[in-house]
Amino acid sequence: MSERYFIDNSRLIIEAAARAGAEVFIGYPITPANLLYLYASQRFPVVLPAPDEITTLQWMAGYAAAGKLPVTATSYPGLALMIESIGMSHMMELPMVIILVQRLGPATGTATGGATGDISLLHGINSGGYPIPTLCISDPRDAWELSAKAVHLADRLRCPVILLASKETVMTVQDVDPAVMTAVEPVTRRFYTGEGPYRPYAPESDGVPPLLPVGDARHQVRITASTHDQNAALQHSTPEALANSRRLAEKVEKNIGDYTLFDWDDDAAETVVVAYDVTAAAAREAVALLLAKGEKASLFIPKTLFPVPPRYFEILGRYKKIVIAEENLHGQYREILFGKGCRDGVRGVNAVGRLITPEEIAAEVRS
Amino acid sequence: MNGKFLSTENLPFCKGCGHHIVSQNLEKALSSVEGLSPLDVIVVTDIGCIGIIDKQFTTHTVHGLHGRSVALAAGIAMAIEDPKKKVIALLGDGGATIGLQHLMEAAQRNINMTVIVHNNMLYGMTGGQPSGLTPRGFKTPIMPDGKPNIGYDLCKVLHATGAPSVRRLLALGDLTADLAAALKTPGFAFVEAMEICPSYGVKFNPNRKLDDIAKEAGIELGHWEGPAREPYRPATHVAPASLFAAEKPITASQKASLTERYAVVLSGSAGEGVQSAAEFLAQAAISCDLHATKKGSYPVTVGVGFSTAEILLSPRPIHFTGISVPDAVIATSQEGLNKVRGLVEKMTKGTLYLDASLEAPATKATIVKHDFRGPLGGRSAVLVALTMLLDRAGIMPTDALLTVLKDSSLGKKIDFAKLRQTAG
Ligand SMILES: Cc1ncc(C[n+]2csc(CCOP(=O)(O)OP(=O)(O)O)c2C)c(N)n1
Ligand code: SF4
Ligand SMILES: [Mg+2]
Repeated sequence: MSERYFIDNSRLIIEAAARAGAEVFIGYPITPANLLYLYASQRFPVVLPAPDEITTLQWMAGYAAAGKLPVTATSYPGLALMIESIGMSHMMELPMVIILVQRLGPATGTATGGATGDISLLHGINSGGYPIPTLCISDPRDAWELSAKAVHLADRLRCPVILLASKETVMTVQDVDPAVMTAVEPVTRRFYTGEGPYRPYAPESDGVPPLLPVGDARHQVRITASTHDQNAALQHSTPEALANSRRLAEKVEKNIGDYTLFDWDDDAAETVVVAYDVTAAAAREAVALLLAKGEKASLFIPKTLFPVPPRYFEILGRYKKIVIAEENLHGQYREILFGKGCRDGVRGVNAVGRLITPEEIAAEVRS
Repeated sequence: MNGKFLSTENLPFCKGCGHHIVSQNLEKALSSVEGLSPLDVIVVTDIGCIGIIDKQFTTHTVHGLHGRSVALAAGIAMAIEDPKKKVIALLGDGGATIGLQHLMEAAQRNINMTVIVHNNMLYGMTGGQPSGLTPRGFKTPIMPDGKPNIGYDLCKVLHATGAPSVRRLLALGDLTADLAAALKTPGFAFVEAMEICPSYGVKFNPNRKLDDIAKEAGIELGHWEGPAREPYRPATHVAPASLFAAEKPITASQKASLTERYAVVLSGSAGEGVQSAAEFLAQAAISCDLHATKKGSYPVTVGVGFSTAEILLSPRPIHFTGISVPDAVIATSQEGLNKVRGLVEKMTKGTLYLDASLEAPATKATIVKHDFRGPLGGRSAVLVALTMLLDRAGIMPTDALLTVLKDSSLGKKIDFAKLRQTAG
């Protein structure tokens, strides 16, 4: 006899993050991220209601600097307020997880409407083009696994990680096989254990400098968001300081093999359908629809959106035709992957304010 | 001078800058606190001339954004459990202006930290523009005729917000005692040190002395004590082992007859149990080994207007959750019907279960009019309609729904005989 839960992905995300060892949830309410805040209040050891999203991120940075692993959940209006502080946390190299639940914009837009419209913003979130690891969920299994992965990655790479979702993927209630809730390994924090002197931004071989919480009784800890060398000493633009800034990108890029996450059903077809977040479900059904009619299409669901894993180009390069479906105006991820001009055979299926249907995707594959 | 906490040699400020005086006194005050070592201290600096002092400290240092040092320091102070550690935020009047709320939040919570605002009455680092704390009449490069309005009285604001210790002083002479008193305060201690910035302040306000400026602007100096309060510690609640601890999965114990995907839309009024009815239906379906999804929609003011739920049922896993045309719609109130009218008009088959009180919309769907609100009232209308729907639609045994209902919190409230009877 089968057993299934009837739950939303918000519940899976929070439970997995807590099991992975996230300790603090700092919240500021915003639809459609409120369920995450509510569940966190029942599950996290410490939950703090912040007075705004800038404070949220600053408190998180403070907790992270003191050696804790904080989480928050927001939507575009809140993210917009957080961006300066996310940049700060990225430069300071502070581990944290920001769950971004996309909703229908622009501006305040429709709080209870779905969209995947924040992709371009996330791509360019840091001044200078420094990527922030961004994992995107498309089903309950992802909600569970990627949430835990985000916590682990934040610690491992010593940086903020964005867990991306949308109104549809965190609020829809669905039957879920308890088997998706696989064992979650609690994170063993990667703290500095050396004899000193502690150099806060001296990396190990993987490009990541081990963190030492401020307040440490043996070594002085310096943390800064200004351009700095490995000792956290402020510098204008010395070669050492610029190399340190460059390392911020390199550490997430060179370890991408550890978090290149995607689903790929290769059907030896000439066409591949690409979709993420809520649209991945429509894409999955579109491919099934085609198959039922004896037509072929492969399916590619990227989970790691940023930095774009080089493997994606290797995979997508095999196909003559690439149909990318996403719920934003001009195809934000498509433009990131292939540029505004796009190579031959790259097509977009886009919609705003409604779900893209499997039939629309199938029609684009056939056209 | 190479102090224990701060090397005051070569401070990064212009000659004669008030930041020198406060910094030198801070070193003395820290040294006067018995048993305090540099690694017990975390200095969080803002962006502004005052902020670039961090490299001179032998303590832990954190150098973040303009205006956010107090919030960042608050995060650190809340995270650190050892009450012996001192968290100190150093910022300017500019930082205090843009980050005013952080000061109020830290004061109101009585977070264990010391905040020193170096009020030189202008934005030094960016060329001397006026801040929220600039007093009336004080001249700056962009307001050479002087600021027309008064500055914020931060001390009053923070005192009123509940800060246990608030001080305003002029950055002249020996400030050790005042700064040490602030450092020794358990909980939130605030110091506003009024200073002069020679590069912009003196240049635009020649021959004006700091104490005259304060006096003429009616700025009070002094120490204000608030009610004694325990320093804030975030509650660490003993979290339940799992969000799933109290929730059992649903066991599939019955069989469904549904062979294709089936979409139902329930639409009624807020407060009439539409969302929970939808969940009961989905749970019943899962108990018959079907797959189910549910989405709710209602106005942001959840207590009024329509309440609509979309449920998909299928013998196969459901990926895409959109409904273009439903197989059945239940409308139990006028608001509910208005919300789904467009959808109902698109139906070319399927069934509309419509409360007898409502006028039927134009549709090719089969209309079943019935007194759903009838003897059991609006709150049970959707359940009555669902009972009827299951009796007729060949999805799963109606019993599956009734079993879920019996096991639910409504189990004891529902008159099941009447429910069955009302559903015909
Ligand atoms: C968000 C943001 N806005 C503006 C600035 C530019 N900025 C740098 S320092 C500063 C003002 C500093 O004034 P104050 O805090 O009074 O410190 P002072 O230089 O007078 O010591 C400003 C506006 C910034 N760094 N960040
Ligand atoms: S510009 Fe003004 S505030 Fe800045 S260091 Fe010089 S004197 Fe001090
Ligand atoms: Mg100033």
